[in-house]
Amino acid sequence: MLEIKCPYCGKRSQNEFSYGGDASIKRPQLGEEISTEDWDNFVYYRDNPRGKHSELWHHVSGCRQWFKVSRDTATHEIFDTCKMNEDFNV
Amino acid sequence: MQKYSVFSLVKNAFTNHENWEVAWKDPEPKKEYDVIIVGGGGHGLATAYYLAKEHGITNVAILEKGWIGGGNVGRNTTILRSNYMFDSNAHFYEFGMKLWETLSQELNYNVMYSPRGIINLAHSDAQMNAYARRGNSMRLNGIDAILLGRDDLKKMIPFADFSETCRFPIHGGLMQPRGGTARHDAVAWGYARQADSMGVDIIQNCEVTGFDVNNGKIEGVQTSRGNIKTKKVGLCVAGSTTLLADMLNMRLPIEAHVLQACVSEPVKPLLHNVVTFGAGHFYCSQSDKGEMVMGGDLDGYNSYAQRGNMPMIQHVLTGGLAVFPNFSRLKMLRTWGGIMDMSMDGSPIIDKTHIEGVYLNCGWCYGGFKATPSSGFVFAHTIAQDQVHELNSDFNLERFHTGKIIDEKGVGPKPWIG
Repeated sequence: MLEIKCPYCGKRSQNEFSYGGDASIKRPQLGEEISTEDWDNFVYYRDNPRGKHSELWHHVSGCRQWFKVSRDTATHEIFDTCKMNEDFNV
Repeated sequence: MQKYSVFSLVKNAFTNHENWEVAWKDPEPKKEYDVIIVGGGGHGLATAYYLAKEHGITNVAILEKGWIGGGNVGRNTTILRSNYMFDSNAHFYEFGMKLWETLSQELNYNVMYSPRGIINLAHSDAQMNAYARRGNSMRLNGIDAILLGRDDLKKMIPFADFSETCRFPIHGGLMQPRGGTARHDAVAWGYARQADSMGVDIIQNCEVTGFDVNNGKIEGVQTSRGNIKTKKVGLCVAGSTTLLADMLNMRLPIEAHVLQACVSEPVKPLLHNVVTFGAGHFYCSQSDKGEMVMGGDLDGYNSYAQRGNMPMIQHVLTGGLAVFPNFSRLKMLRTWGGIMDMSMDGSPIIDKTHIEGVYLNCGWCYGGFKATPSSGFVFAHTIAQDQVHELNSDFNLERFHTGKIIDEKGVGPKPWIG
């Protein structure tokens, strides 16, 4: 069982959360020239490291906020969590 | 190579079974090979076998970081089927089903192919319509499919919850009678033994640490047991594909996720088919030892750990008990996990790459085991001929740019949404 620290509510069990994937993906800016390759990369291509991974989680059965988690994909250790407009401390 | 038969069994009984030949050798890596296959799982071993058998290429090495058959080929729930709706999948997996039917004879190794039938349960009229459509598509592609009604199923799985008041009443189901199971370890060992006998070097405890690429061409592989030259490399490493692709500066539409399975204590014969619950994440078959082999869905977050967490096991078994309430009395024997190379449309990638001589076989999601023979067959063709076989021509990398994706499950590029 993962224990995830919601930046708004504190530590809660994994059961209260749902996953949102790679947090490093940026949607191409609207109103600018966007190549199809940019769109393909946005939709289909992700970071997939073995080790530290920056990802999104949703406190769906809690405060319903999205936030960021820095977690190790090999050990499942969670290093840090922060709000969407913040950066990790660790 | 010693042929396995009832006669060799009797003969060896006289010497207490102490004089059997080793099934495959343990060679030192040579300086150079015509083809190197990275990954000694089912797909890698099958690829080497078909390279030797179909294309006469025997100067081949399989490099395996651990031991052969220690990854997903030894961790899956052993199910075989070709009950797909899309043509690309239907043709590919049905070709595989035909190979499964004669695989024990071909490999002279009992892979315990058991065409016990796979039943997908439907729990609503809409689901019955969807299954009728899928069944019709399958039959148009020459694949066996039968639409079952509630009364048919009462005879086949009488212990399922057929009460009128249950949350997900069983309306019927779609069955592929030729679907079933095979012994996963035997598949790996059978391919290994035959490949070895034709001259393939199976090199275990040999981790690939880098690639020598020059002017867009592969020239060799760096390993924990020294550098090896080659002109062709096939990657068959499932969940670890991104780690190798990173060494080649290749970005792939793949995420690694952990998928768990579990078995109960062994009980007397009860469940004669493979059954999938249509209203949740649960499927089950009974092994020849009597254990209920059960699986469900991904844990739901990127992972390279070959173990999962309890919430998903609990979720899966909750679904299981909804359809088979009598399973609540079973004790759990073990649970385990494997790393899935989840592609962004749920279909595999078997293709050439932008590096000359590097070939890619990945993206099997949670369906790689049944594809072992067909994947090996077409990947061997792709490597030997330097062009894709017609059966894997749609499983290309380019589809994530052209938009011709094969999204059988239709969930979009978020593999953790089941």
